[in-house]
Amino acid sequence: MLSIKNLQAKIDDKQILNGINLEIKPGEVHAIMGPNGSGKSTLASVLAGREEYEVTGGEVDFLGKDLLEMAPEERAREGVFLAFQYPVEIPGVSTINFMKTAVNQIREHRGQQALDAVSFLQMMKEKMKLVEIDQSLLNRALNEGFSGGEKKRNEIFQMAMLEPKLAILDETDSGLDIDALRIVSNGVNKLRSKNNAIIVVTHYQRLLNYIVPDYVHVLYKGKIVKSGTKELALELEAKGYDWIKDEVSVA
Amino acid sequence: MSITTTDKNITTQVASSIEQRLKADATPQRLQALQTLNTLQLPTTKNEEYKHTPLTRLLEKNFTFANEISESTLRAEDLNSLLIDGLEADRIVFVNGKFNESLSSAKSSTSLKIVPLKEAIVSSDLARQHFGAYANFKEDAFTAWNTAEWLDGFFIHVDDNVVIDKPVIFYHINDTQAGEVRSSIRNLIVVGKNSEVTFIEKFDSIGSGNHLSTLVTEGVVHENAGLNYYTIQNDKGNRYQYGLMEFYQKNSSRVNTYTFTLDGKAVRNNLHLKLDGEGIESHMYGLYLLGGDTLADNHTVVDHKKPNSFSNELYKGIMDGNSKGVFNGKIYVRPDAQKTNAFQANRNVLLTDKATVNTKPQLEIWADDVKCSHGCTSGQIDEEAIFYLQARGISKETARAMMLYAFAGEVLDNIKHPALHAYIDKLVSERLHKNF
Repeated sequence: MLSIKNLQAKIDDKQILNGINLEIKPGEVHAIMGPNGSGKSTLASVLAGREEYEVTGGEVDFLGKDLLEMAPEERAREGVFLAFQYPVEIPGVSTINFMKTAVNQIREHRGQQALDAVSFLQMMKEKMKLVEIDQSLLNRALNEGFSGGEKKRNEIFQMAMLEPKLAILDETDSGLDIDALRIVSNGVNKLRSKNNAIIVVTHYQRLLNYIVPDYVHVLYKGKIVKSGTKELALELEAKGYDWIKDEVSVA
Repeated sequence: MSITTTDKNITTQVASSIEQRLKADATPQRLQALQTLNTLQLPTTKNEEYKHTPLTRLLEKNFTFANEISESTLRAEDLNSLLIDGLEADRIVFVNGKFNESLSSAKSSTSLKIVPLKEAIVSSDLARQHFGAYANFKEDAFTAWNTAEWLDGFFIHVDDNVVIDKPVIFYHINDTQAGEVRSSIRNLIVVGKNSEVTFIEKFDSIGSGNHLSTLVTEGVVHENAGLNYYTIQNDKGNRYQYGLMEFYQKNSSRVNTYTFTLDGKAVRNNLHLKLDGEGIESHMYGLYLLGGDTLADNHTVVDHKKPNSFSNELYKGIMDGNSKGVFNGKIYVRPDAQKTNAFQANRNVLLTDKATVNTKPQLEIWADDVKCSHGCTSGQIDEEAIFYLQARGISKETARAMMLYAFAGEVLDNIKHPALHAYIDKLVSERLHKNF
């Protein structure tokens, strides 16, 4: 589904990604872990098409198409979803209205007819249940005055609405208490299927107790320096990142 | 006074032209205003109140100040495209500064007296009592200009205890097909106790010539009366304009003003509300969406003179192209005006590097037990928000339109009249390329 080869990227004059290689197949959940500043969020941003980052080398193939050539909205329409680490507050735009526009622009891209108000509302009600989010929240201006947990839940609600093929969760666990973490994770797990894939970017192992990954990769200095299964995450939790850094410097 | 036509000074040129136009109409008050115009001189950007608004310079460059009043052959068909769809209103049409009776529909009644102002200040004590009592021509050379020159306009008196359902709409049309137009209109409005009325001003033009309007609207809103005033400036032509709207508010009166500036060359709007009573509520809303080389300047004054009143001001602007926005908001809270609540916000979005805005809040508070706040912001459209919307599959164009429409929406939401809301919402949506 997603094939990243030797991906390099910089922001301003700072090189951050130094040759990432990653293969993701449908149905898989990959966790990207690593110490602060290792490039985890940069990788998520580059995949979603954030313009501040300049790709300086490498390739990303998504379902047979060159992902890096696409505008952010095209990537979303092709099935890439980024759950933001810091969801943006947009005064005056309600989640419902903006989701309706998003769903219909994506449907148009896929050659489907726009949803009428009734079908849209019906779809929304279903997805709301999935992530245990209240409609009153969705009637309000997007994320404005939302708590940290509400913002993240709204991200997962949007993921449910847009039914992406590849979801990238960027530090979705940051700022969540244990209840919110459970609700958000449950939502994500309900959206897991054999047809879609998920990249979970996180600093801590605790999210991976809820969203259990098939693979765990450790990013350090812009490279994947170690890959393994979920046991690797547990090992990192127990030992910290220093032993990885030591391994890298010895090698 | 001695005026020579060869003099290059613009004030002298204007004053001379006004004098020629007046002839038999030259009342002592007009001559006094003319004198004041000569003394004050039209403001340059050295004048603090016109620091960012070179209106005088623009007039100097673009006008010859002809003595004759341009004729117009405007017909009913020409007017149709300028009318507001679906709006039931009593219509007063001015063409090149002259009242056009055949295009107008408003009729005078006992509850709503509509009398030509020139006639009213001769025949009505009430009109004489209020005329010139609020709009002080000694404060601004343009007001002096208007006071000396005004050719037409109405005295409108809303009786006590009536609710006027149909708005009264003024269409100000300048027809430049025969050349440059300069028009000056003067209105006087008295809203009686416990009454309610809505006015709309719409400014348009025909032809591609330069044209200039001065408009002074003054009046009083009596106890417990309500006045809604909408101004729609969406003239695609070469409009230059000076406007002053000044209302004196008595106990428990309510004034809501809505000023939409969407086009024109250079527009200066002065809005003054004097809150001389208790329990007054005043709302001032403004939205300016500027492009090309449009200059729009809103100068507002809210003067709280007595305790326990409330004023709220919200002006928002989006500047595109080389356009220039200016906002100045003065709030005075006089020593007697304890327990005043006065709020002001001016928010601006600049879409290009060449667009500019100058915004200045000016609060002068002499009372000590008041709640006042103000906030001015100007910035670019939030790129992070655009990216967020794009990351959900929304095109960049739609994302921008959504953001801008939401920004403008905060003002639009306050339009209470349904047909007007629909009309202005449509204008704004088209301007912002709303496609969602």
